[in-house]
Amino acid sequence: MYYLTLRGWVKAVDDVSFTLDKGDSLGLAGESGCGKTSAALCVLRLLPRNGKIFGGNINFEGQDILKLPDAKLRREIRWKMVSTIFQGAMNALHPTTKVGEQITESILAHERVSKKEARKRAENLLDLVGIGASRIDRYPHELSGGLKQRVMIAMSLACNPHLVIADEPTTALDVIIEAQVLKVMKELQHKLNLSMILISHDLSMIAETCNKIAIMYAGKIVEQGPVTSIYKEPLHPYTQKLVSAFPSIIGPKKELSSIHGFPPDLLDPPPGCRFHPRCNYAMEICRKEVPPTVNVGTENHSVACYLVGGKS
Amino acid sequence: MKEITVKAENLTKHFPIKRGFFKTLLSKENPVVHAVDDVSFEIEKEEIFGVVGESGCGKTTTGRLLLRLIDPTSGKIFFKGKDITNIADAELRKLRRKLQVIFQDPYESLNPRMSIYDIVSEPLHVQKAAKSLEEIKDRVSKVMEDMDLIPPDEYLYRFPHELSGGQRQRVAIARAFILQPEFVVADEPVSMLDASIRSEVAKLILSLVEKFHISFLYITHDIALSRYMCNRIAVMYLGKMVEKGLTDDVIQNPFHPYTEALIAAVPVPDPTARRTEIVLKGEIPSAVNPPSGCRFHTRCSYAQEICKKKEPQLVESGKNRYVACHFPLGK
Repeated sequence: MYYLTLRGWVKAVDDVSFTLDKGDSLGLAGESGCGKTSAALCVLRLLPRNGKIFGGNINFEGQDILKLPDAKLRREIRWKMVSTIFQGAMNALHPTTKVGEQITESILAHERVSKKEARKRAENLLDLVGIGASRIDRYPHELSGGLKQRVMIAMSLACNPHLVIADEPTTALDVIIEAQVLKVMKELQHKLNLSMILISHDLSMIAETCNKIAIMYAGKIVEQGPVTSIYKEPLHPYTQKLVSAFPSIIGPKKELSSIHGFPPDLLDPPPGCRFHPRCNYAMEICRKEVPPTVNVGTENHSVACYLVGGKS
Repeated sequence: MKEITVKAENLTKHFPIKRGFFKTLLSKENPVVHAVDDVSFEIEKEEIFGVVGESGCGKTTTGRLLLRLIDPTSGKIFFKGKDITNIADAELRKLRRKLQVIFQDPYESLNPRMSIYDIVSEPLHVQKAAKSLEEIKDRVSKVMEDMDLIPPDEYLYRFPHELSGGQRQRVAIARAFILQPEFVVADEPVSMLDASIRSEVAKLILSLVEKFHISFLYITHDIALSRYMCNRIAVMYLGKMVEKGLTDDVIQNPFHPYTEALIAAVPVPDPTARRTEIVLKGEIPSAVNPPSGCRFHTRCSYAQEICKKKEPQLVESGKNRYVACHFPLGK
């Protein structure tokens, strides 16, 4: 997936593959500008006009989303099967419409139900996320940030989707409210057996919420696998640095690592492994050839790095 | 005992709420926002003092009060033993050389129309602190080198939009350090930055404090990072200081129930870690009508009758350790 800009094609997402089983939650992690949001937007074909998908396929329950006609995608997949919780939920709600109406609107758009029934369902949804049905006739400005975020979650669940994509669902929330919202999301995910893609730059948050994680760097997935094995045994140098860059509140104080340099310009990404200019272990081959993704271990842990590929 | 650079005594700031003309006539009392209420602390030389809490707890207001950017409702501020609460404007302007600030968002705190050179040298012009153009150039280059923006010439004639977030924040820090301040307030200086760059800037701040022997007030909501940054921290809730002590003591053994909950809410970057789950109910109450007694009692799971009536004072409970709670934990 590339973006066309005035200065050329920005290679925002390049040759990215991941699979998600039912009930799985995948965390997409990476720094800002690494393409994690773009990758997720591709799943719903919600790209801005200058974005173009050049190849690959997106298989959702047996259908290739990229080949579906627009109308069908809109009617049958978006929101009904796959819904999103957008970044900055504070501003994602319509300010002059009551929250209940915003939820019923999405139900009515997709299902043939009466207004009364849709409202009943909206009430249930608000109860489900812990806001309480009594707040159905409130306007967004009457609710606090945490509650607005929960409204967004309720809305994303309106049509009983199979997959929810949450893009930085807790940015701009305080730690305590963040913990509350994450708890609600985790509980609902188990209760409704949802699949979830959680996009975040915060590894600690993914560690607590997801069972799989994919680390992106400069438009590519450099490492993915089960959360536990990635944290215990990060193999890619970038993942290692990223994992140890997060301060922990428990356990002994460890030296915080940092990565020198800056993420590359995606208009003209470095040849070979895109991480090599910042990598401490860069070898000659890293500068020339793109490392293939290899499987390590048994648990679907895969990594794209010559350091690892050579050994296994 | 080390030299104390900044000291706050019973610092209080209430912001009046603007109301219509008739309402003001009809009611006797004007409602106020209790942003900071009766807060006292001191910051030693070469110390990083952290203030943590949720948004709206008054931590930013505290920082602005100390810099005299806003005037306190009551209480006193001392800088190196001198009361600066009511000093004259002219004197204050001179003092500003010693007091500097770093803001949260380097995308907004730098003027997009000024070059990096103009941004960093501006304090020298405002304070008339340099005698010649040569001196200004030298000092700008030097402070840029201190920030690891090397070589300075490569950055000086660029504009903020050409730099990355981490570089911008370094420019903002350079601007604060060019006057060789003795006390710097940093309001969430790294929260807008990416993880890999965040720790780099955090380390830079640590090294600068050591190198220039300054005192530092570090305002943050990120307790996990404050553990790496601060010598001592204070936890604020609704304008009140609820706990204060050495950072490691407070984090490993919190006395106040709010501190305990705040620490429990921080996600841990280790999926196998098991930790006690304390998720507070509800949200921070309004600071216009703070709850009676202990301000935390509405959300506290240990609250008893006395907590609703009597306000606990910040009392010493252990070495260098203060807590404001009727039933402190860990005892």
